[in-house]
Amino acid sequence: MSFGATAARGRLLLLLVVVVFTLAAAGVYGVSSFQQARSSQEAASMVETATADALPAEPFIIFQNTAPGQGNGQAAFVDLADPSGIRSLTGLMCDRVYGTRQLVSCLATRNEVPTRFEAVAYSSSLQPQQSWVLAGSPSRTRVSPDGSLLASTVFVTGHSYTSAWFSTETIIRGTDGTDYGNLEQFALLSGGNRIAATDGNIWGVTFVPGHPTEFYATASSGESVWLVKGNLTEQTLTVVASGVECPSISPDGKRIAFKKSATGKAVGMRHPAVLDIATGSVTVLTEQRNVDDQIEWLDNSTVLYGMPRDEASLDSDIWKLSIEAGSAPELFIQHAWSPAVVR
Amino acid sequence: MSDRKGGHKDQLDSTPAAATTAFRLSPVILWLGIVSMMTDISSESVAAILPLYVTGFLGLSTIAFGIIDGINQGASAIVRIGAGWLSDRTGHPKRVALAGYGLSMLARIGFLFAGGFWALAGIVTGDRIGKGIRTAPRDAMISDAAQPEHLARSFGVHRMMDNIGAAAGPLIAFLLLLLIPNGFGTVFVVSLAFAVIGVAVLLLMVPGRTPGRRKQEAAPARPRFRWADLKWSRLKEQGLTRLVLAAGLLGLLTIGDGFVYLLLQDREAFAVQWFPLLYVGTNAAFLAFAVPLGRLADRWGRVPVFLAGHLALLASYVLAVVPAGGTAATLGCLLLLGFFYAATDGVLAALVSQVAAREHLGAALGTAQTVVALSRMASAAGFGVLWYAAGSGVAVACVALLLAPAVASAAFLLRGAAAGAAMP
Repeated sequence: MSFGATAARGRLLLLLVVVVFTLAAAGVYGVSSFQQARSSQEAASMVETATADALPAEPFIIFQNTAPGQGNGQAAFVDLADPSGIRSLTGLMCDRVYGTRQLVSCLATRNEVPTRFEAVAYSSSLQPQQSWVLAGSPSRTRVSPDGSLLASTVFVTGHSYTSAWFSTETIIRGTDGTDYGNLEQFALLSGGNRIAATDGNIWGVTFVPGHPTEFYATASSGESVWLVKGNLTEQTLTVVASGVECPSISPDGKRIAFKKSATGKAVGMRHPAVLDIATGSVTVLTEQRNVDDQIEWLDNSTVLYGMPRDEASLDSDIWKLSIEAGSAPELFIQHAWSPAVVR
Repeated sequence: MSDRKGGHKDQLDSTPAAATTAFRLSPVILWLGIVSMMTDISSESVAAILPLYVTGFLGLSTIAFGIIDGINQGASAIVRIGAGWLSDRTGHPKRVALAGYGLSMLARIGFLFAGGFWALAGIVTGDRIGKGIRTAPRDAMISDAAQPEHLARSFGVHRMMDNIGAAAGPLIAFLLLLLIPNGFGTVFVVSLAFAVIGVAVLLLMVPGRTPGRRKQEAAPARPRFRWADLKWSRLKEQGLTRLVLAAGLLGLLTIGDGFVYLLLQDREAFAVQWFPLLYVGTNAAFLAFAVPLGRLADRWGRVPVFLAGHLALLASYVLAVVPAGGTAATLGCLLLLGFFYAATDGVLAALVSQVAAREHLGAALGTAQTVVALSRMASAAGFGVLWYAAGSGVAVACVALLLAPAVASAAFLLRGAAAGAAMP
């Protein structure tokens, strides 16, 4: 190759053209998506909404409103008696939300430099009670039935391409200020022995109704996924079943709804299933689609879960499914995600 | 991040003659620096938001991201050797490097369309293999274009520019997400734009053959590739064995910054949100020290600076575990880590260039980088077990205690190698 002066100038010129063209193209794309995002935020909501400054007195369902337009991403609630009715927007931006009559747990992503993640507990009048920084992007949150404990799971990731450092971090906090810390610090027990899992991950807490120190969660190490029963006083996690991911205990405490891997492997579809705690029998429900959301109970025989509307958008719907054999999933609340039923 | 897993090489015997020749930065190195800067802006902007995108936007599970994140670290390390010998064999390091940068660029196009787990896994794999391919031939080109007496300084200039890109990338990504909620598409488009610019600079501004290569071209015939060329004994003749052994030994005690940051965070109890800034701090120190330490290596010797870098690493471990804390200790740790990278990353490349025969330079660079990368991966895995079993403070103290004799052994190995390398 010759690098004569003329050729060099030609190449430099060509490079300049490439640089200007590429940056201009990226700029145009950026500006148009900025305007699109702006106009979408300002557009009227696709659903009928009202605003609320407190939780209602009647039973309700609180969820993340995913309807495009104003109020997108806010925690919202509807009457339990009229789930497809007008939704009340709380004004609180939450990626994941859960609630009881006394307390709303809200996990949020704040787009700053660098991106910040936080958990905020709101009172029934939607006033912030306490908040703390989360170590990564929100994944799951649950509040104990008496409103005294709050669990959060986040994804913790390294910030380097060369780092394979990745895990979930699940913490439980008391509304009285007690910090039970990262559940990875709890002793993981199986058949009376302690499992030393260096790559252990814990996620998806569900609190046992009527037993304020007990909960279930998922523990994993390598390809193994276990249902564990946790005890806050003893700081232990005891393996009770295998292949049970992201548990959710029914209001009567008799069943656990969970996500069952279709392949038994870490990657692949997850379908909703129900474990009978007394007998240990597992029923896989008739849902063909992949479920990512932590399942919630509408009542003792019906489950709820979020499902993306389509591949391309962030919009989703909440579906309901009876645990009776042969039931089909039904659309329950449109443009919504992360439901919590408050009775 | 810059190519922190790159090999460390020392100047094994002769005293550098930096004082005798004035430093003149080759335009080739400047352009290669720009290529790396653009490519790092491209890759680090995506890397910074990938976890958010995968888990938050695509809604893939925890485990799925863990698998994507851990993909092909090993494969990427191994293609380095292959790419190195290919560039030796063909005598066209630029074409091999171009293939690597090009593959990563194509992967960025894929991000615009990826929807599911397997698509994303494939794209990340392509990107990492591209990174593995380009590193050794690029360093061979730098080595070829540099004045031999200013080799470490030349690598220092390149690593500095590389790190400016690594620091700018995440900032650009976070700013875009701040302006455009869920604007992942825009981040991918901007990342692609920088990747295209990087490839264009390499294609248009970096000559295929540097003046240094012409001597070889004048030879009657290019030596034909033989498998025997890859043999260890061949490398041994060149005095590389001891260098690679020393680098591998030290790599086994390089536990990864993440663990040091965790210790600092535990002790200082600063909010987790500042965690990314620890990486930025280390990067900033790395880019600030890269050129001065390169100069020092050319003047005082590359082996001493390379070893001093590992002493800085040792000091940062100590600083992270001693009970006396405070902001000063945290900043000191970051400075020491930056010093470590600046004293070892480019300096090792300079050392390999110094001891390797020119016709095997690519393979030699690739080998050293692979050994360092694999030893650090092994170190991180082993250290994770120790961290869990013995507790964080004890684990780091153990590694610090082992690092001291390891540095001494490396010094001995490299002194011995100097005598061997002197023989024709």
